[in-house]
Amino acid sequence: MKKMKSLGLFLGVMFFSLANFAQGYEVGDIATDFSLLNVDGNYVSMADYPDASGFIVIFSCNHCPYVVAYEDRMIDLHNEFAPKGYPVIAINPNDSIAQPQDSYSLMQVRAQEKNFPFPYLLDADQSIYPQYGATRTPHVFLLKRDGEDLRVAYIGAIDDNYREASQVEERFLVNAIEAIERGEDPDPAVTRAIGCTIKTQ
Amino acid sequence: MFYTMMKIRVRLFQVATALLFVTFFSIHGGVMAQGDKNPVTVYSFDEFEYWLHKDTDSLYVINFWATWCAPCVKEIPHFEKIYDTYKDQKVKVVFVSLDHPGQIESRVLPFMERLDMQARVLLLDDPNSNRWIPKVSDKWTGSIPATVIYNRDFRAFYEREFNYEELEEIILPLL
Repeated sequence: MKKMKSLGLFLGVMFFSLANFAQGYEVGDIATDFSLLNVDGNYVSMADYPDASGFIVIFSCNHCPYVVAYEDRMIDLHNEFAPKGYPVIAINPNDSIAQPQDSYSLMQVRAQEKNFPFPYLLDADQSIYPQYGATRTPHVFLLKRDGEDLRVAYIGAIDDNYREASQVEERFLVNAIEAIERGEDPDPAVTRAIGCTIKTQ
Repeated sequence: MFYTMMKIRVRLFQVATALLFVTFFSIHGGVMAQGDKNPVTVYSFDEFEYWLHKDTDSLYVINFWATWCAPCVKEIPHFEKIYDTYKDQKVKVVFVSLDHPGQIESRVLPFMERLDMQARVLLLDDPNSNRWIPKVSDKWTGSIPATVIYNRDFRAFYEREFNYEELEEIILPLL
């Protein structure tokens, strides 16, 4: 009986790991477009930017200290790379009942306080973040135009020091953009960083 | 007069002991902050890593958390209960805080006191998490709460929130 239970548990764990493994994009996958509500009241899609060479999609939010630590760097990234064809699009994937600080109205407040130059969108039905495979905020997906498609070129962190921008040694995301601009594959193409879980009910 | 002198002596002794204690921990695990009961030791990842690979007959439950992380805060009492229930059966619960080291006094210690946390608390001060996350587990994407449970014959990593029964179900067969 105990063996049966262990086997059941084992199969359950296997299934869970596989299910977990199967979801979300890997580098090279085609990324889906979306139409999500921006803090300015308009819906934004990547199709609205026909001239973009790619996108810096950042799953973000209001409440997470790791996001707050990166907000100024997100603004700088947009100001530097939007003119070069890679605008930032921030998406809040959190459920506002599970995390009231991440409600749409408080997103508007935060966007105004920080004067975000990029769209700050709400994944209101939480349908986009699982397709991308975002697991935390902040979680970056760099997309590169490939004909009609947008392909994932880099997944992970903005750089190697969330705490002090001045002590960053490796700018993972900037290096990745520069690599794809040279026609090379980013290396590393995937990085990891501590962040806040995505809040669901 | 005599009592006053005694008091001063006792006080001096306490200060000296405290200083020795602080020096000891400074050498072995970085800076230590002393709360009312439970101290917080600050580690770089390299200093911390041996906590993930102790070769003893104990079972280690290593929980990564932060005071600002709501699901972490929710599960802490369950880990504390595991600590309290199984501390005599060689279960070692270690809380690894990812709070800012500058907030130990202002946030971490008051939080620990409020929740009456008795298990050991370390603070991992290493902002280049891309370097050390894979050394904790190859499966970890980086969100917290996250937990490593291991002994000599078993090792598992969980990037999720636990309730008490779920934790017990993992731990009991390993005792």
